[in-house]
Amino acid sequence: MVRRHPAGKEQGATLMVWLVALGITAVFLWLLSDVIWQGGQAVNGAFLTQAPAKAGLEGGIAPILVSTGLVLGVCIGVSLPLGLGTAVFLTEFSPQRSHRVIRLSLDILAGVPSIVFGLFGNAFFSRVLGLGFSILSGGLTLACMVLPILIRSIQVGLVNVPREYRQAAAALGLSRLGTLKTLILPAALPGIAVGILLGIGRAIAETAALIFTSGYVDRMPTSLLDSGRVLSIHIFDLAMNIPGGEQNAYGTALVLVILLIVINTLVSWFAERFRQSKLQIL
Amino acid sequence: MSRFKNEATWRVLLRILALCSGAILLLILGFLVWETLPILRTVSLDRFWRDPGWHPSEQAYNLTPMVIGTLGVTVGAVLVATPLGLLSAVFCQYYAPAGVAQLYRRLIELLAGIPSVVYGLWGLVVLVPLIAKVQPPGSSLLAGILILALMILPTIALVIDASLASLPPSYWRGSAALGLGTWATVQGVCLPAIRSGLLTAVMLATARALGETMAVLMVCGNVVQVPDSIFAPVRTLTANIALEMAYALDLHRSALFASGLVLMLVVTGLVVVTDPWTDAPEG
Amino acid sequence: MTSPTLSPQSLTTDHQPPSIWVKQLSLRYGRKVSFANVDAQFRAGQITALIGPSGCGKTSFLSCLNRLHELTPTAQLAGQVYLNDCDTETIPLTPLRRQVGMLFQKPNPFPLSIYRNLAFPLKEHGICDRTHIHHIIETTLTDVGLWAEVKDRLKAPALSLSGGQQQRLCLARALALKPQVLLMDEPCSALDPLSSEVIEDLILRLKGIYTILIVTHNLGQASRIADDVAFFWVQHDVGQLIEFGPAKEIFANPQDPLTAAYTSGRRG
Repeated sequence: MVRRHPAGKEQGATLMVWLVALGITAVFLWLLSDVIWQGGQAVNGAFLTQAPAKAGLEGGIAPILVSTGLVLGVCIGVSLPLGLGTAVFLTEFSPQRSHRVIRLSLDILAGVPSIVFGLFGNAFFSRVLGLGFSILSGGLTLACMVLPILIRSIQVGLVNVPREYRQAAAALGLSRLGTLKTLILPAALPGIAVGILLGIGRAIAETAALIFTSGYVDRMPTSLLDSGRVLSIHIFDLAMNIPGGEQNAYGTALVLVILLIVINTLVSWFAERFRQSKLQIL
Repeated sequence: MSRFKNEATWRVLLRILALCSGAILLLILGFLVWETLPILRTVSLDRFWRDPGWHPSEQAYNLTPMVIGTLGVTVGAVLVATPLGLLSAVFCQYYAPAGVAQLYRRLIELLAGIPSVVYGLWGLVVLVPLIAKVQPPGSSLLAGILILALMILPTIALVIDASLASLPPSYWRGSAALGLGTWATVQGVCLPAIRSGLLTAVMLATARALGETMAVLMVCGNVVQVPDSIFAPVRTLTANIALEMAYALDLHRSALFASGLVLMLVVTGLVVVTDPWTDAPEG
Repeated sequence: MTSPTLSPQSLTTDHQPPSIWVKQLSLRYGRKVSFANVDAQFRAGQITALIGPSGCGKTSFLSCLNRLHELTPTAQLAGQVYLNDCDTETIPLTPLRRQVGMLFQKPNPFPLSIYRNLAFPLKEHGICDRTHIHHIIETTLTDVGLWAEVKDRLKAPALSLSGGQQQRLCLARALALKPQVLLMDEPCSALDPLSSEVIEDLILRLKGIYTILIVTHNLGQASRIADDVAFFWVQHDVGQLIEFGPAKEIFANPQDPLTAAYTSGRRG
């Protein structure tokens, strides 16, 4: 670029911006196609339904899918009531600043590194509560981690419910609880769905918080107190600790990425529905 | 009337739930401090950087190499990702045709959600061998910087994209009336106008890079050393925790918790500085 | 549209409608004073129109009478409101708001079915008998002239009704709770002239059964339906009650030059 020629500078800048964008796209497409190509060779019906053999070099990921599902189930089962209650309390029952402390603490919680959640989960759930390396303690650790996302999304859903409903309900002398159950929660339902999906998305992608809470065992879990290996840990273990495990690591990664894409699509679908339903009301 | 009692009960219940949620942070901090205490009681603080090395079995707890590893990887990744993320956002807002911009944004959003372990896997299988061709062993500070840069790039691009989108169109009209070109306007008007957005993006990306574990664990080589070149393997604080927690006992375990506590405090500081609760939904 | 007919059920309320006293009533939002030092006695069973320019605190004044201003956290009220001899501060919110119904400027039915819009508040107020609920719904919808129009589609969403129908549904929703006072905040301003006339007729038929306060910018409407008129004006950035009296006198023989200036525009 030559400084004294503004037109040349503009052209140079355009070129640079396009090159960067193309470069980034190329690298990311490389990554995605690599996962799809390599993973595609590993994934088939048997891969999804069989148990891993030879430390995962052979066989499939069936018990790992089950463990992942159970960890997610524990995570959402615990964080949803807690998050819903907190979001409702923060938006509907304490509009003043008196509960800024809770908000602030949740915002900080959202930024805590996942490995720190892992440390905490290990110290509290696995040791103090005596749950050991188990699906339960992994799920509980993840519940703490997704709570801020969940609460934030539900709050956004609740706040966006038109003010007129609350006004009309108050003018009719209706109780806040009745208004909440009949009017506000149904109207905020898509927002709540988005929150749950974002929470699942974050939880399913998580590895570091689970290494020393839910553990490595790749057998089919028989109870929530069993250790269970989730998808992301399976990828990590195959890639790092098992020579020649890349193929099946890619296969597992493909399954994980597809799950995430499904979740993302659902999120934007619900968000779009939420936007439309709001427009219809206004 | 029972209905009022009912409502009062619910109110109390909801308050308890909210307090539980708020208390989790305290619980985490409490446990980190509690687990850190043993080593603080027995070992003086300066041994974390004066000890002859990191040999927990021989009571040597020098964390300096890991701190340098973490800082090197983080600073490098932020330096690489910030200009790229910035240009990528500028591309989306001002250079790409509407359809292309939409597609590109979708791609970036998708990548923001890809698990770090998948980035790590790709780095290990594709990137590390490439670097090894230039300069063995491949697993290195450079690999960590590149993979981490790739991971935080979507964060930076999306935050800047959103701040650019919020600029009033009058800026463009004013600048067009002066006969300024696209790049001149971006450089002279738009970027100065979104300084705070830029800062937020960099802070968030830094926080994410500092706390990232899996990707760096998989590509950095994890040798405890102060790197003498960009091709040298390093170990970060997070990787150190992930590698050793499984078998660490007593003071060793306590030292790992200490490094976790430090990480948490630094990241918390960054989050608080970024002031995220200004855009929190107000009840 | 069919002319609404009042059924005898809704003509008999348990009590005589109350008169409303306000004493030295002032409202502030943070530092901004909405209106100050309003003293007035609104006669039982009569229609009082609140008139005046926009921003003079009429709507805020109305919202203090059923304590709806408490929804705004920054609102601070001084002074007293009495229903007959009872200070509204001493009445719990739910019975107060059941006693004092309200109709808003923009029709605001809930995003539920027509039937549920009426049934849900009734259930909330402890009326659970289905046949009783159905009876009340039929009566009140008949009262507002909506029954014939919607009786075949009670399960349809209330938001599918036209604006005028929605406003009548909201009126029915308020009447179903058997209030004694009705507050109306420009109930016709968002409606077309025809629907507006239907609502106006309805309001006239409610006279004597309810104590009605209506905010309106339509001076013609005020002179057609109101027994008393309260004229508000902004002085020194603060809403004030300038003149209050029988409608005929306010329009024919205003005492205050501001009132005279404002009401003289009514034929224009």
